[in-house]
Amino acid sequence: MAKITLIDRRGSDDQHGIEAEAVNSKAARELYTKRQQIYPKLAHGFFRNLKWAAMVVLLAIYYITPWIRWDRGIDRPDQAVLIDFEGRRFFFFFIELWPQEVYYIVGLLVLASFGIFLSSALFGRVWCGYACPQTVWTDLYIYIERWIEGDRNERMRLAKAPLSLDKARKKVAKHTLWLLIAAATGGAWVFYFGDAPTLFREIFTGHADPSVYLFVGLLTFTTYALAGTMREQVCTYMCPWPRIQAAMTDQHALSVTYRGDRGEPRGPHKKGESWEGRGDCIDCHQCVAVCPQGIDIRDGDQLECINCALCIDACDEIMEKVGRPKGLIAYDTHVNVEKRQRGEPAKIHLVRSRTVLYAVLMVLVGAIMTYALATRSTLDLNVIRDRSPPFVRLADGGMRNDYALKLINMAPRVRRVRITVSGLDGAHLISNGHQVDANGAIEVDTQSDGVANVRVHVAAPSNVGPGSHPMRFTITDTETGEQAESASAFFAGAAP
Amino acid sequence: MTEKTERDHVSGTETTGHEWDGIKELDTPLPRWWLYIFYASIVAAVIYWVLMPAWPMVNGYTHGVLNWSDRRNVAAEVQTLEASRAPMFARLASASTADLARDPELQEFARAAGESAFGDNCQTCHGAGGAGAPGYPVLADDVWLWGGSLDEIEHTIRVGIRSGHPDARMSQMPAFGRDHMLSAAQIGDVTEYVISLSAARDRLHPNAQSAARGAQIYLEQCAVCHSATGAGDRTVGAPSLVDDVWLYGGSREEIRRQVELGRNGVMPTWERRFDDGTIRALAYYVHQMGGGEADQAALAPATSTPVLDQDQGQQSGANVTP
Ligand code: SF4
Ligand code: SF4
Repeated sequence: MAKITLIDRRGSDDQHGIEAEAVNSKAARELYTKRQQIYPKLAHGFFRNLKWAAMVVLLAIYYITPWIRWDRGIDRPDQAVLIDFEGRRFFFFFIELWPQEVYYIVGLLVLASFGIFLSSALFGRVWCGYACPQTVWTDLYIYIERWIEGDRNERMRLAKAPLSLDKARKKVAKHTLWLLIAAATGGAWVFYFGDAPTLFREIFTGHADPSVYLFVGLLTFTTYALAGTMREQVCTYMCPWPRIQAAMTDQHALSVTYRGDRGEPRGPHKKGESWEGRGDCIDCHQCVAVCPQGIDIRDGDQLECINCALCIDACDEIMEKVGRPKGLIAYDTHVNVEKRQRGEPAKIHLVRSRTVLYAVLMVLVGAIMTYALATRSTLDLNVIRDRSPPFVRLADGGMRNDYALKLINMAPRVRRVRITVSGLDGAHLISNGHQVDANGAIEVDTQSDGVANVRVHVAAPSNVGPGSHPMRFTITDTETGEQAESASAFFAGAAP
Repeated sequence: MTEKTERDHVSGTETTGHEWDGIKELDTPLPRWWLYIFYASIVAAVIYWVLMPAWPMVNGYTHGVLNWSDRRNVAAEVQTLEASRAPMFARLASASTADLARDPELQEFARAAGESAFGDNCQTCHGAGGAGAPGYPVLADDVWLWGGSLDEIEHTIRVGIRSGHPDARMSQMPAFGRDHMLSAAQIGDVTEYVISLSAARDRLHPNAQSAARGAQIYLEQCAVCHSATGAGDRTVGAPSLVDDVWLYGGSREEIRRQVELGRNGVMPTWERRFDDGTIRALAYYVHQMGGGEADQAALAPATSTPVLDQDQGQQSGANVTP
């Protein structure tokens, strides 16, 4: 499938060589240099297949998730995953969160952070290599480019060729497909923020909100620009992660490594020639040709390397052909390379204090979140004391304060709650509009999955001294007994 | 700028020919994207001039093809808003007290509309939330001069107090001191007696002898309106003297000064300013501040009932004052 330029290298009969320059190689790096286009060659092998699989799964999750339905009853959104800004809710299958419960999201982010710390400590930049959207979409875009324009050499030839009908056709086809994918990416994004089928219809009939078109447009543009034209520059110049990454790993973290101990001294190898006194690397540049970042892994660890492991596949293929053991490039560490150079046995340390710590922290955060979610209260109370007037003097010499109560009911049904006050001697509820029962409580209905506003007044006898007195409001579900409390204060003024 | 330019070998760009201590300035062209955005901005500006109001002229300005006007748009929006609220105001205006008590939606509307109208018109004197100020009654408490039911409050808002409206609420506290109806000593005595009637006695400790002298004066001069017990009379707008709530201040000196000067505040009539719906909303808002009272059925709104007119006051005052 892949075309390899057969070149005569220094008179050898080496058939595996390829004219490939690492455009971003350490040697080529200058303070001022224009970007050179990279034409990654298709790799074959375990890691390429793994990356295809990851791509299919991740893209499927992204595009399909908004279409999954989840029944929540009549008049409630039936979208499994929905960020409802207007209704101020976040729906995730059986979980429904209110804005003030954003700490669950924070917990999720903390969990994700520890996850990426752990994966970095174990396997270096696996996130970059397999899961990062930039990598996934760039991979998809290169796949399409390759499908239309051919593999590396054909693409390079096409780029050099003068404009012809065929070239124009290929370019138009490629960019059209790219734009379609970009639009679908932007389109899928907005589906997370509204009912997907409705929004889908609205978008195509021109009835969607301008903001929807704005976001689709924005993400279409960024997808097209980042995955189509900017590619490796995003990783190298824009993304902060390669910098932070350095703090996340140590010398024991696995990363894609050229085993120089085994490869050097490198040089072309003729069929039938002895392997004595030379390294396994036949300097065929296949590892360079497949690299989407335009570097030469044999230069060692580099900021540009996203650990996509495609060079492992490329080199393994060559090693098989020349009859040497695979793994000249492999997931390994420099410590090991040096050890082997010294003739010491190499060892991989996956269980280290930092990986154990990250794992323990992940379990801990996960447990706390599960517990919090399982015992999540669906009743809450906010009390806002009126500040104007700060207090009201009554005819009988007593004092009155006024309060706005927000009864927050997160359950999807109307619940009846009793409002009571406590903590201040003689303080009692009064209300025009609601009946105060014999126990001094007011019973009101909450809203179903909503906030009910209730105004109540609290009166205290004349002997309450001037100043602020702590006091509590409690609401109790009349059926289940579930309670929510809120601390507040009663303020009494001095004599007139 | 006659210096010779040369090509920089690293970037391949020409230099401007300027050189400072061996540092040469590159003549880097503007980035294309920047340049194109710049051209696009110029085109956009010209299109804008054509479409939108843009240039000031001697009389007025260029209106643009679209004839856009923010002022007109806002006016239209306000009109739409008013039109959309009109049915609710109409419903509110025709609702009975019982209707209102049964209708949470109407209550919510009345509260919001009332709060807004109160903020614009009433708050200056009565304070935010009806907190009151010296001389301006607290509306949030349960002490009412003319009645605290929804109907009474609404009537007060309609006709005002000493407002010049033919049906205005009227009462007149004589200025016993300024008009020489009572001597300073007598005013002192009556003040002590009033304090002894009120809940303020616990903090002001009235002089018993003085209060005993004041009792007689009180019966002659004050009891007609404020009643013998000091309970006041809402039908004539006479405040209760038994509580510890004072319109003009509750210190001994402030109470004495009110007997002396008899200040009578004015509340304007709002009938000509607001429609029925807004007045109802205002009444509801004031009523629900906390001190609102239940409606007493068929309590006829008091009409002009001056209790002590000027002549009477002076006459009775003349009897006492030597
Ligand atoms: S050097 Fe290898 S692992 Fe790194 S980006 Fe290039 S192909 Fe991927
Ligand atoms: S490391 Fe492997 S793929 Fe790269 S040049 Fe050497 S033999 Fe070829």
